[in-house]
Amino acid sequence: MMEDLAMHILEILMNSIKAGAKLITLKIRDSFNDDVIAFSIEDDGKGMDEEMVKKAADPFTTSRTTRRIGMGLAFMKGLAETCGGSFAIDSTVGKGTLVQASVQKLNIDTPDLGNLGEMMMESIQSDENIDYVLEYETDYGQFVFDTRVIKEELAGVSLLEPEILIWIKEYINQGIEQAKEDTRQ
Amino acid sequence: MKSLEDLKKMREAALKKVEMREGGKDYRVVVGMATCGIAAGARPVLNRLVEETATKDYNCVVTQTGCIGMCVYEPIVEVFGKDGEHTTYVHVDPEKAARILKEHIGEGKVVEEYTVEAAREGRGNI
Repeated sequence: MMEDLAMHILEILMNSIKAGAKLITLKIRDSFNDDVIAFSIEDDGKGMDEEMVKKAADPFTTSRTTRRIGMGLAFMKGLAETCGGSFAIDSTVGKGTLVQASVQKLNIDTPDLGNLGEMMMESIQSDENIDYVLEYETDYGQFVFDTRVIKEELAGVSLLEPEILIWIKEYINQGIEQAKEDTRQ
Repeated sequence: MKSLEDLKKMREAALKKVEMREGGKDYRVVVGMATCGIAAGARPVLNRLVEETATKDYNCVVTQTGCIGMCVYEPIVEVFGKDGEHTTYVHVDPEKAARILKEHIGEGKVVEEYTVEAAREGRGNI
């Protein structure tokens, strides 16, 4: 189930959705030069207090009665530790949550990045009223995707039209591939 | 190459379709996307449903829901008709999903052998 980084990130996106976020910003830096894949997920949801933040990444205190998030953060923390990276949560009640994590790009335990287009499509499909900004950056280029721009272009037509969902998936994957291309050649 | 320009065309096409149909789609196809569903393989099922609906223009919307309460039968796909009737398909995989769209949405025939009733009575093809 958690075979690639996209699935780990999707779990965190689902936390943001459950926290009532209206805007979720996902930034990914994918760099050979620095041997790092770093990502941050920032939302404007209801946030967590200090005690909850402490518990959030601990799988053994996970209980649906004490907090309404799953194992996503615990898994991501474990992944970051296994793959020579870092993990941090910063949250303010009423303002939102910022989750930052990184892994070594060339670490043997680091999974594939996975299908980010599909990940975004699934997340968008679960609630089209939430807006997303995706920023993907490599050593050579950058790709930015913003659902607010898409919605403006569509002027009232739903993002949930299947043709549009597929277009979103393909557009994101195409943009990411382009950002990966070494333009120095 | 995909570009933001595509969206204008897609918007017009979507509006045209709405006009032709006069008031929405006939079917609502709902996939259980809670942890139980995803663990059982609901993600590829959802993707296939969206793809098939887009390419073959089935008269339905595809949406997600949480846990339906029958985790042992996941992945579950529910089909709701316009008149409120509904069919629950269980242990769905991408191939079964494509057949459900073709026969149920396309031709109006319930795929009996994939339903929860068939699974319960042990006569299903699951």
